[in-house]
Amino acid sequence: MSTPGPQETIEMALAAARGDATVVIVESGVDRYLRWADSALVAAGDADEYRVSVVSVVGGRVGAVSVSGRVGRAEIVDAVDGAEAVARQAPPAPDARPLPEPGAASPHWDDPVRPLASGVLAGLVEQLSTGFARADRHGQVLHGYAEHRARTTFLGTSTGARLRHDGSAGHLEFTARDGRGAPVWTSAVTDDFTDVSVAGLQDDLDRRLRWERRRVDLPPGRYECLVPPSAVADLMNYAYTTAGAGAAAQGRTAYSRAGGRTRIGETIAGVPLTLRSDPRAEGLRCAPFLVAAASSGARSVFDNGLPLGPTRWWEQGRLRSLVHTRHSAEELGMPLTPLVENLILEGPPGGGAEADLIARTRRGLLLTSLWYIREVDLATMALTGVTRDGVYLVEDGEVVGAVHNFRFNDSPLAMVRRATEVGRTVPTRARDWGDAVAHVAMPMLRVPDFPLTATTGAV
Amino acid sequence: MITPAPAVEPGFDTLPVDDLADAALRQARRGGATYADVRLRRVRVLRERVRDGRPESSQESVETGVGVRVLVDGTWGFAAGVELSPGGVDALAARACALARTVRPLRGEPVRLTAEPVPAPVDWQSPYEVDPFEVPAAERTALLAGWCGLLRDGGAHLAEAYLQVFRESTVYHDSEGRRIRQRRIWLHPMAFGFRIDAGDGTFEAMRTLGPPAARGWEYLTGTGWDWAGELARMPDLLDEKAAAPRLEPGRYDLVIDPTNLWLTIHETVGHATELDRMRGREAAFAGSSFVRQQDVGVLRYGSPQMTVVADRTTPHALATVGYDDDGVAAGSWPLVTEGLLVGVQHDRQTAGAAGLDRSTGCAYAESYRHLPVPRMPNVSLCPAPDGPDTDELIGRVRDGLYVVGDNSFSIDMARVNFQFTAQRFHRIRNGRLVGQVRDVAYTGTTLDFWRSLEVVGGPQTWLMSGAGQCGKAQPLQIAAAGHGCPSALFRAVPVMDTRTGATG
Repeated sequence: MSTPGPQETIEMALAAARGDATVVIVESGVDRYLRWADSALVAAGDADEYRVSVVSVVGGRVGAVSVSGRVGRAEIVDAVDGAEAVARQAPPAPDARPLPEPGAASPHWDDPVRPLASGVLAGLVEQLSTGFARADRHGQVLHGYAEHRARTTFLGTSTGARLRHDGSAGHLEFTARDGRGAPVWTSAVTDDFTDVSVAGLQDDLDRRLRWERRRVDLPPGRYECLVPPSAVADLMNYAYTTAGAGAAAQGRTAYSRAGGRTRIGETIAGVPLTLRSDPRAEGLRCAPFLVAAASSGARSVFDNGLPLGPTRWWEQGRLRSLVHTRHSAEELGMPLTPLVENLILEGPPGGGAEADLIARTRRGLLLTSLWYIREVDLATMALTGVTRDGVYLVEDGEVVGAVHNFRFNDSPLAMVRRATEVGRTVPTRARDWGDAVAHVAMPMLRVPDFPLTATTGAV
Repeated sequence: MITPAPAVEPGFDTLPVDDLADAALRQARRGGATYADVRLRRVRVLRERVRDGRPESSQESVETGVGVRVLVDGTWGFAAGVELSPGGVDALAARACALARTVRPLRGEPVRLTAEPVPAPVDWQSPYEVDPFEVPAAERTALLAGWCGLLRDGGAHLAEAYLQVFRESTVYHDSEGRRIRQRRIWLHPMAFGFRIDAGDGTFEAMRTLGPPAARGWEYLTGTGWDWAGELARMPDLLDEKAAAPRLEPGRYDLVIDPTNLWLTIHETVGHATELDRMRGREAAFAGSSFVRQQDVGVLRYGSPQMTVVADRTTPHALATVGYDDDGVAAGSWPLVTEGLLVGVQHDRQTAGAAGLDRSTGCAYAESYRHLPVPRMPNVSLCPAPDGPDTDELIGRVRDGLYVVGDNSFSIDMARVNFQFTAQRFHRIRNGRLVGQVRDVAYTGTTLDFWRSLEVVGGPQTWLMSGAGQCGKAQPLQIAAAGHGCPSALFRAVPVMDTRTGATG
């Protein structure tokens, strides 16, 4: 059965549209993944996704419909008619405005969607097979997950935008146990696994399992902690996804100040941290134009196709920008800084590697990852959660033993205010919140007085 | 209750499913599969958000596709796609078999599925009165805007209302002869009120307590929950919360309302008794459990007042279905009886690996793109047949808290150490409510908590609630689970101040 391709789908939908303005988004992609436990496969998958989203504007009112699956001409026309029918019934949208003036079309707009290399998992299977055998020889078991994901996004509008982004991402993570101590964890971000070494990751696991051999009990309390990049990614996820300017000006976020003002301009970090996005950042590429199949507090369908560039959210420790729609930027008279799907946290040049930060620690705890993080107080961004798969006691520059897990209660904003050292920024992935922000690069942070409010024997 | 004509899914109900499933199963067999299943699934979702009476976001999405799962040489393979033609599903079955062969070197013990009865072909649909997708968009938005209006009229400075509606349609066939067609409708409406302190730039928020429910549009207009009454009371409660004093951390007696206790049950009993977690299958992601398989029949989980049942049959509960995604009939079974752990939850492969004879029917896949994994059924705490009402429970407390509405929730990987907040903590002194306190969380460990259960309320306090957004597995899958419970009285539970982190 022949169905129209993405570009043809967009032209068909725009030709069928009768509204004042129409946006059509086509996302096409595939996921391949492997999952293992106790050094044996538990799941393997190969899944296609194809989604067509239509946003119709009629008299400043919006209708949004998304159809995923086999979408032929009839379904395309139905989606357009459906979106227009909803728009006619809807109350006026407060953020209504003409769609952005289109720039140049993406040069590769007409290219076919690149098929996924069929062997993307084959090399990894071989590495894992060798890795399982190595683990077995050392009395260890491995649990973990590997995923490769490819997505191509096409955006066409009735005002003439024809934009396309081809993205892909992958990650690999291992939990290891050796029956002697608590489990340990390591992970790598990759594209298609050709640049990862399972043996190298196992070396890291072995090092951590050796640290686990000496157990130390510590009471709850405030400790200096070395917070690793994956955990910092989880914390910055909260800092970024709650950074809507409109909500801040309404007084209902941690970035609010009295009298309808925001905290822009305030120094929020104790060290010169810069939090930024850049769609073209090497290794972290994301769509350089705004895509919104439906509006949210931080994104407006009326901004579809808006060009995205480098944006500094914090600069040298000061809050510089919050996330705007064109509506909120105009209403508040602030520069337009729309949401970008990647996030980079950086300190001054010359940030050290993990080993350097450990070496400079007189007494502190090296964390591995954070888990089950939830907001406790929206007004302060206070969070709670637990440490997971490795808390290591560092004394006089060396890891001297492994500690049980802790529950923490702290706010990412309070943590960066207290931070005293920033490591080297590396690509990573938030362990708890996954790809809530698709591509991130984070440093290790040295955070004094991290409140660890309870201990837990859970592993 | 009026049972309407079955909800229609144009373009899905008319698919030649027998031909498609047969093509996939045939190709799977040719590809060497000893077992195969085919799941055609459409999920129709409506998400709508209204802020201060004005629409912020609305989208209706429909996702349709097919997943083919095969066992080749005792190894799983799975492929999913959107091409709903005999050629399309044929190709998926071939991909699934090829993947199983690719990953065969990583297999441990061959997969063993429990033997289960094969029912006659069956068609199941969840009960509802009005299909929410048939309600005109303008009417839906107007209702949510009206809710914001009630909160604003009552004095809230900002208000927002949010609605999610799901209609899941599944056709399941497998190589053992099961042919099952199911449709389920569930929804979750909620509204938030905000009180902004213009003086110091801080704010306080409060959410409606109305739970998600497997019901139709009638749920928003008065069947099963009194939204108008709740929205009318909220602004005063919000003002009281914003002005409330803090609490000296320590141990307090808690009367926990079902609107809060359901989530504690979900986290400390529901997840802890998932057999795949107990067996380390989620050790790298969702986590493990402090419960071991050999604890069944031995472990004192709680006080003798604690009886917990699992089921997938309670009407309007979020995990209720006719059959699970292995084609196993929905049932009901005990997890904890008078404090003693007596049961766990699993699917065919987990039960098979554990050497059990039968599955409890807990397989579930979020969409066509997802593999079925063991997911929580409805897990509910039983009321005491002649038990007290909530006021009477409060009357038994000299110095404590009445805990209402779920809020922040966090628990460790093994389901031991937890910290939960609430929409409201009402102070109890000498058996009476004397106003709210703020910045409070109750904490503790699972067995200590359930062993401190002194009294459960009667059936008149019982409420079916649940989690609409529970995540598990990689790739992450979202599932819904119902949790019914009465009000209950727990003695001497640790309570902390969330501003200082100080615990009692």
